[in-house]
Order: sequence, then C-alpha cells, then structure tokens
Amino acid sequence: MDVLSSILSFSIYEGLVFGFAATGVYITFRVLGFPDLSVDGSFTLGAAVSAVLIIAGINPFVATLAAIAAGISAGLVTSLLNTKLRIPALLAGILVMVGLWSVNLRIMSGANISLLREATIFTKASEYLGIGTGTHFSILVAGILALIVFFALNWFLRTEIGLALRATGDNEQMVRGFGVNTDMTLILGVSLANGLVALSGSVVAQGQGFADIGMGIGMIVMGLASVIIGETLFQPKGVARLLIAVIAGAFVYRLVIVVALRLGMAPGDLKLVTAVLVIMALAVPFIRKKMRSEWIPPATRW
Amino acid sequence: MENKKLLELKGISKYFSRGEIEEIKALDNVYLDVYPEDYITVIGSNGAGKTTLLNIIAGVFPPEPGGKIIINGKDITRLSEYRRAYYVGRVYQDPRVGTAAKMTIEENMAMALLRGQKRSLGFASNSHRRELFRNALEPLGLNLENRLNALVGTLSGGQRQALALVMATLSKPSLLLLDEHVATLDPNTAQIVLDLTEMVVKNDKITTIMITHNMEMAIRHGSRLIMMHKGGILVDLNREQKANLTVSDLIEAFKRASGDEFDDDSVLLRSD
Repeated sequence: MDVLSSILSFSIYEGLVFGFAATGVYITFRVLGFPDLSVDGSFTLGAAVSAVLIIAGINPFVATLAAIAAGISAGLVTSLLNTKLRIPALLAGILVMVGLWSVNLRIMSGANISLLREATIFTKASEYLGIGTGTHFSILVAGILALIVFFALNWFLRTEIGLALRATGDNEQMVRGFGVNTDMTLILGVSLANGLVALSGSVVAQGQGFADIGMGIGMIVMGLASVIIGETLFQPKGVARLLIAVIAGAFVYRLVIVVALRLGMAPGDLKLVTAVLVIMALAVPFIRKKMRSEWIPPATRW
Repeated sequence: MENKKLLELKGISKYFSRGEIEEIKALDNVYLDVYPEDYITVIGSNGAGKTTLLNIIAGVFPPEPGGKIIINGKDITRLSEYRRAYYVGRVYQDPRVGTAAKMTIEENMAMALLRGQKRSLGFASNSHRRELFRNALEPLGLNLENRLNALVGTLSGGQRQALALVMATLSKPSLLLLDEHVATLDPNTAQIVLDLTEMVVKNDKITTIMITHNMEMAIRHGSRLIMMHKGGILVDLNREQKANLTVSDLIEAFKRASGDEFDDDSVLLRSD
C-alpha cells in the first residue's frame, strides 16, 4: 500500500512539473501546427538559467521568472528564423536546439550544477508557509504553479488575440484575410510555448537538486507522448478541458514510466520506450484508415 | 463629386516566372474604376487573369512596379494583405479556405467580427456578440444560429460557403471579392448561396466583384459586367448595356473586341 501511494504521489508530482513542458509542446504542435524541436534546448536552458542564478544568491522565484524569460527568447529566435528567414519550422527548431547546447554549457560553465543545500522555490515556499518539505509539499507547490498556468492559458487562449493565435494554426490564409499578421501570432505562440518549457526545466531542476546538460534530451517526444495520451484517453473539447487533458496525459505518462522503472526497467531504456510509445500512437490512426481503405495523404517531409 | 470612385486600378501588370521560358503575363496594364455599390461580375476563360486581379486587389502579391491600387482615395499598393483586410472581404472558391474547420461556428464568427481591427486581450466572444452572430446567421435559413458550438469541419460544403459569405460581410467591408464562390457547389446549393449573396450585397449595399465561369450567371447577376481575356479587360458593360444581354451577344462582343474566335467550350457549355 505504501509503495502504491508513493508511486502515485511521485507520478502526480512529475506529471505536474513535466506538464508545463507538455503544455508548451501542445501549443506548438497542436494549436499552432508548428513542430518546434527547440524544446529540447529550452528545457535545459530554463534549468541552467535558474540554477546559475540561484547559486549566485538570487531569490529562486526570481530565478524561475528569469528562466521563463530565457525560454521565451529561445522561442523568439526559432519563430523569427521561420517567419522572417522562411527556414522550415523543423529545421529552425533543430538549429536553435543545437545552438542552445553550447549556450547552456556556457551558462553553467560545465555539464551540470548541483543545487544541493541551495534555496529553491520548494524550500522558499516551505519557509513562507511554515510547512515541512516532502513529496506532498512538492505536489502542493507544483500544483499551485500548474493552477496559475492553467488559468492564465485558459483565459489567454479565449481572448481576441488568443483566438487569432489558435486560428492561425487552423487556417493561416483565412486569418490573414481577416487582418491578422500571422507572423506575429506564430512568434507569440512559439515564444510562449518555449517559456512554458523553460519553466518546466527550471522547476524540475529545483525539484531534483541539479541541472544537467542532457536533461532536455527527448523532451519533445515526452511532451508529444503526454499530449497524445491526454487526447486519446479524454477526447477533450474546448480550451479548458484540452489543457487539463494535456496535464493528465503527462501524469499518465509519468505513471507508466515510474511503474516500468519499479518493475526493473533500466533507466537508460526509457527514451526508447517513449519513442516506441509515440510511434505506436501515431501508427494507430494510419492503420485504422488503411483497414477502411481510406485515402491517406503522403507524409510531409517538412 | 457624386460619382466618387471606391477602387481605382491604374496600369496594373503582373508577370509570373519573369525572364524564364514559361513567363506568363497574368495581367497586362489593367485600368479599372469601381464605384460605390457597383456589383461587378467578371467573366473570362482560364488564364484570363480573373483570380490574379482579385489577388492583386486583396494584396496577396504586389503588382509590377508602376501600377497603383487606390481605395477610397488612399494608395494601398504597398499595403500587405493583412492590413488590407480592413477594406476587403473575400470568399474563395474552396469553402475550406474561408473558414477554420477545427474551430466552432462561434469562434469563426468572432474572428470575422474583428476583420481589420486591433485585437485585444478581452474575451473574443460574449453574450452580446453571440446575439449578433445569431442575428447574422439567421437569414441563411440553415439553422446555423442554433449550432454556434458546432465545429465548422462538421458542416457541409454549402453550409460552410454560406458561413464564409456571412463572415466576409459581417463587419461591412468596403469591397467584397467573390472568387467563383459557388463553382464547387452542387446546383441547388449554388443557387441558395447565390441568392444569399444577392441578399447580403443588396441589404448592406456592399460594393462587390464576383468572378464566375458561367456566362448566364454573369448576365443575370450584378449591375456591371466585365469580360477578361489574356490579362486585359476586353468588354465592360454597364447596367443598361447588360439589361437585355444574351449569351450570344456576349460571344459576339468578345469576337468583335478581341478579333479572336471564341474557343473556350467550357464557358459555352456551362450556361445552365
């Protein structure tokens, strides 16, 4: 019983903190139709920026905000490469991801930074609230952050600007026809998404007590897995339910991973399992169409 | 100044694949004056330059240097497409282009309501706006006003095109561009959408340019008829001149003006 509850609470915590990254991936891939691969880099960027600032004695909440700002800048570069230089989205993302590897090494002056015995948003929050730290407390902190993000996005995506952003991913030509600069909505959306991913990286680093140059590898696939699981399990309609489904998808994904690890799967095999999971999820609609002899469009190469 | 021009095209040319073997002269030094409340039908065979003309007006691409586009006395030649949306509403041939499939009717209408205006951080839709959307959709008689939460992708082609028409005219553009907007619909639905067009254009007194492939349709609708050929305007008939016009008159006019044989069977055959 103890094992079960510890698995569950740990998965809830991880689902919440990785849920920010999943939400970012959801905004780029699903809302904007912009397959942004810079996510792997901006996740580590968020971790690196906040870790360095915390070591320098900056308040961890301020450091977390700085991480978000750094992520937004990374997204800005990716989206500018795509909209202004007309570099295909996939390639623009890869270029930024590769470039960020060097940037992150520079920021951390090395491959990793330990945050052991440093102040983090978790220790600070426990000071402010006078509650001891622990998994349940971490869930509380991450949950409050998730609520803030959820309400902010649920509001923003239903505003006039947010609606234009969503419509851009659906029918760019129509949106331009109604007087919206779709370059701007893409830039806004991709920046916002990378800000969320950096927030995720920052919180994860503070939770685990270190930032590492390789911690962002596979973050896109993980985010996609969460999005697909959330969509498949809950088939949500409307902005609010979609956002909840994505975070719930992240939780289910982490739960599967945690259970698999408990059952003795080697941690190194994790990424392969995740990749296979996403491939299967993508293959299902294809096979279903094939069996119904429906027309299947050729795969896009960009 | 009783006949103030709404739109002026001055010396508009457009070449595609310039300097290459397959260079195409899509528009060749076109001059056109459009007056308020004109309802112009544009006819011409494939490659006559009809759609290029609309794309130039809408700002999809600029004309060759030297050409000028003026709306309400304002030179908009260098204005980008999204900035011109303030003046121009457009319905495309493909209903999928004018509407967003994965969004609800309400969200589509909310996008259309703010055509050409600054978008804010206020909610895109509210009860006041929903009421406005219902009132705009009701005259269609398609019951869309009671399905505001339906995804547009679930509507039929005709319903989507009717919605696209309402969306293009929702915030009263100076100029409405219709690019063969009933060509892909079955005859019944096409007639319904055409009647709707007539109603919207008349009620709101919107200046309109409608491209059609169908001579009969071009004669029956509108207050002015333009025939295009090889990138130029060949025939321009006003309301009186087109009042008793027949398809054979039109072919005769074409022969006289161009010195060419009328060789596009598709235009003749489609006089249903």
